[in-house]
Amino acid sequence: MAFPGDPRSDAKVTRYAHALDGDADGERERLAAHVARVHEGEPRVGFPAVLGEDHPAEIRAALADALDADVFEVPMGPPSLPGIRLEYAYRDALGEAGVHVVRRPVVDYETDGDGRLTAAVVERNGQHVPHYADSFVLATGGLVGKGLDSDRGGVREPVFDCHVPHPADRYDWFVDDVYGEQPYPRFGVVVDDDLRPRDADGRIEFENLRAAGSVVGGHDFAAECSGTGVSLATGDAAGTAAGSDTQ
Amino acid sequence: MSDAESPSDEFEPIDVFEDEETPDLRPGADSCYKCSTCDTNCPVAEVDDDFPGPKFQGPEQWRLKRKEDTSVDSSISKCSNCMRCDSACPSDVPLSQMHNTARAEYVDEELSKTSLTYWRNRILANYRTSAFLASKMPRIANFAMNFGPARWAMEKTLGVTSERDFPAFATETFREWWEREGGADGSRERAREARERRGEDVDAEKKVAYFHGCYANYNTPEVGKAMVRVFEHFGYELVVPEQRCSGTPMFANGMLEDAERHAKVNVSSMGDLVTQGYDAIASCTSCSMALRQEYPELFDIDGIEDLAENTWEALEYLRVQEDLSGELSAAVVEDEDLAELAYHAPCHARNQGLDGQALELFEDLAGVDAEDVGDSCSGISGTYGWKEEKYETSMKIGEEMFDHMEEAEGEVGMTECPTCAMQMEHGTGYEIKHPLEVVESALI
Ligand SMILES: Cc1cc2nc3c(=O)[nH]c(=O)nc-3n(C[C@H](O)[C@H](O)[C@H](O)COP(=O)(O)OP(=O)(O)OC[C@H]3O[C@@H](n4cnc5c(N)ncnc54)[C@H](O)[C@@H]3O)c2cc1C
Ligand code: SF4
Ligand code: SF4
Repeated sequence: MAFPGDPRSDAKVTRYAHALDGDADGERERLAAHVARVHEGEPRVGFPAVLGEDHPAEIRAALADALDADVFEVPMGPPSLPGIRLEYAYRDALGEAGVHVVRRPVVDYETDGDGRLTAAVVERNGQHVPHYADSFVLATGGLVGKGLDSDRGGVREPVFDCHVPHPADRYDWFVDDVYGEQPYPRFGVVVDDDLRPRDADGRIEFENLRAAGSVVGGHDFAAECSGTGVSLATGDAAGTAAGSDTQ
Repeated sequence: MSDAESPSDEFEPIDVFEDEETPDLRPGADSCYKCSTCDTNCPVAEVDDDFPGPKFQGPEQWRLKRKEDTSVDSSISKCSNCMRCDSACPSDVPLSQMHNTARAEYVDEELSKTSLTYWRNRILANYRTSAFLASKMPRIANFAMNFGPARWAMEKTLGVTSERDFPAFATETFREWWEREGGADGSRERAREARERRGEDVDAEKKVAYFHGCYANYNTPEVGKAMVRVFEHFGYELVVPEQRCSGTPMFANGMLEDAERHAKVNVSSMGDLVTQGYDAIASCTSCSMALRQEYPELFDIDGIEDLAENTWEALEYLRVQEDLSGELSAAVVEDEDLAELAYHAPCHARNQGLDGQALELFEDLAGVDAEDVGDSCSGISGTYGWKEEKYETSMKIGEEMFDHMEEAEGEVGMTECPTCAMQMEHGTGYEIKHPLEVVESALI
C-alpha cells in the first residue's frame, strides 16, 4: 500500500512520521482513505510504527476516527520511532525536574579513600572533568552497550573496575551449541539485594554505587527474553535507592 | 567475542594500513551495528531525501571502497560536517573522521581542480585569507562585499549565495586591540592585580594561551575582548600566540592539505606554550573541536596529542578551575539587552558535552533569563550555507530553530559558534551574543 505523497521507496521512517506530524497535505486523512479501501470492519488496525514523532496520539486518534477502529502500531527494526518518542519523553521529564544532562563517557572515578565514591570523571574530547555526587548508578549496558569490555585476556567492567566473574580460560566462555546454555551472556557485575556491586570476596565495592540493567550479570536476555524487564526492574530499584540515600 | 572463536592465537587482524599516515578506520567500520541512530540525528538527511545519511557515508562507504574500482560517492559533499552523527552513535564509530577522510579523497580524485566549484569551496574554506585582506580596509570591504551587483556576479560565477549578508569586518581587529592594551605584558600586570585583589598568591601560575580563531579576530573582536577581561578578572594572564585558521571550514570542504598547513602552525605555536605550562583556550566551539578532536584524528604532527589534551573551551575551563557558578549567582546583569536570551547550542558544542553549559551557568544569574531553543541544528555549518546550491537546505534545517527563537521571549540570541550566530541573525534579525559577553557583563 502506497503512502500519500509517494515518498521514495527507501525513505526514512522519520520522513513518514514528519509528514503525518505536519499533516500539511492532509496526509492523515489520505492515509486513512488508502487503508479504508481494504478495511472490512476489523475492530483493530495495525500500522507500522511511523505514526508521528511529535504528535503520535493525535495521529492515532485521527486514523481511528476515520476508520472507526482501534489503531495500534507494530514496532519495527531500527531506527525505532517509539524509541525516539520515549527518549524525548525522558528528556522532557528530566528538563522539568531540573536535571542537567552531560552526554559524554565516564572514564574514571574519585573516592574519599574510605570506600565511598566522590566523583565520576567524564571525558570530554581529551579533557577529564570530575562530576561530584552523593550517590552513583552504573547503567552502562552489557557487551553491546559497552558497559562490559572483553579481550582475549578477560572480561572487565571498565568504569569502576567492578568484579565480573568469568572462567579464566576463554574457551569456557561459550559452548558449541549456539542455542545452548551459553555462559557469556550471563557475564556481568554481581550485586546484593540493594543492587550494590560486590567484589571477588563478596564485599561491597563502593558504599554509594549501585548497578542496573544489562551490566548486571546472571541473566541471558536473548534466551530468556528478559532484557527490558531486568533493566526496568533494576533501574527502578537502583534509582529509588540512590535517590533516598541522598535525601 | 570474535577473537575467542578464532582457533589459535596466531590470529592476525587483516593488515589495512595503506601507509603510516592513513588512519585505520576498520575497527570503526566494524563497530557499527546498524542501529541507524546516526541517520535519525542527521539534519541534512532529515530535509534531503537524496542524501543517504551518515551510516552510508561512514561505515558502509568505507566497506564498499575496499573494492578496487569503487570511488567515493558524490553525496559526501552534501554532508555539512556538523558532527551530530558522531555524538549520536552509541558504538563510538568515528563517523566524522570517516566523512572527513572520504571527503578529502573525493575532492582529490573526483573534483576537477579547474572547476569553479573547487575554487569557490577553496575560497570559502580559506576565509582567513579573505578576512585578512578585508581587515586592511574594513569599511571598503564591508561595502564591496555586500554591494548588490558584485553579489549577483558572485552567485552567478562562483555559486556564493546572494541571499546572505557578508559579516561586517571590525574596524579594529582583536589582535590590534590586544597590542594596544599592552599585549602579554599588559595582561600579566592586570592578572597580578586581580590575583592580589582576590587574595590569591600574586605569583600563582595562572597562564593561558588564547586561540581566538578567525572570526573573533576579524569580525567580532568584542568576543575576544570579553574573553580577555573575564580571564584576567579570575587572575589569568593571557598570551595570544601566532595562529592560523583552526581548519574547520577546510575539513568541511575536503581541503585537508590546506588544513594541515594551518594546523602545523597552530600546533607548533600553541604546543610550545602548552609545554611551558600554559593551557590552550578557545572561545569558538568549532575551533576547540578542531584542536581537541579533528587534529589528532586526521594529522600526525609532533605535539598534537599534547595540545589536544590541554585545550579547553573558555567557560568550561573556568567552571572547572574557578567557582564560576558561585560568582555568577552572586552577580547581577544590568544590561537590558541581555535580559531575555534565546540560546542555541551549536552542534560542535554538543559534541564536546558543552551543550547544557551556558544555560546551567546562567540559571542563577540575576537579570538574565536564558531559554533553550531546542536541540535542532542551525543549518549553516560554516561555509555550507554560503553555497548557492546548499542555501535552501541550510534554511530548511534552520527553520525549527528560527521558529523556536520567535516563540522565545525577547529578541536577542546567544550561542558560542560564530557561524550559528550568523544563521540565527539571518533567520530572525536578532542580535546575537556570546556567553562570554554575558559573563563579562555580570562580573566586570
Ligand atoms: C539486537 C538486540 C535486540 C534486543 N531486543 C530486545 C527485545 O526485543 N526485548 C527485550 O526485552 N530486550 C531486548 N534487547 C535487550 C535490551 O535492549 C537490553 O537489555 C537493554 O537495552 C539494556 O538496557 P541498559 O540500560 O542496561 O543498557 P543499554 O541500553 O545498553 O544502555 C547503556 C548506555 O550506557 C552508555 N554508556 C556505556 N558506557 C558508558 C560510559 N563509560 N559512560 C557513560 N555512558 C556509558 C551507552 O552509551 C548506553 O547509552 C535487545 C538487545 C539487543 C542487542
Ligand atoms: S556530519 Fe552532520 S550532516 Fe554530515 S552525515 Fe553527520 S549528521 Fe549528517
Ligand atoms: S549510530 Fe553508529 S552503530 Fe548506529 S548505525 Fe550509525 S554508525 Fe552504526
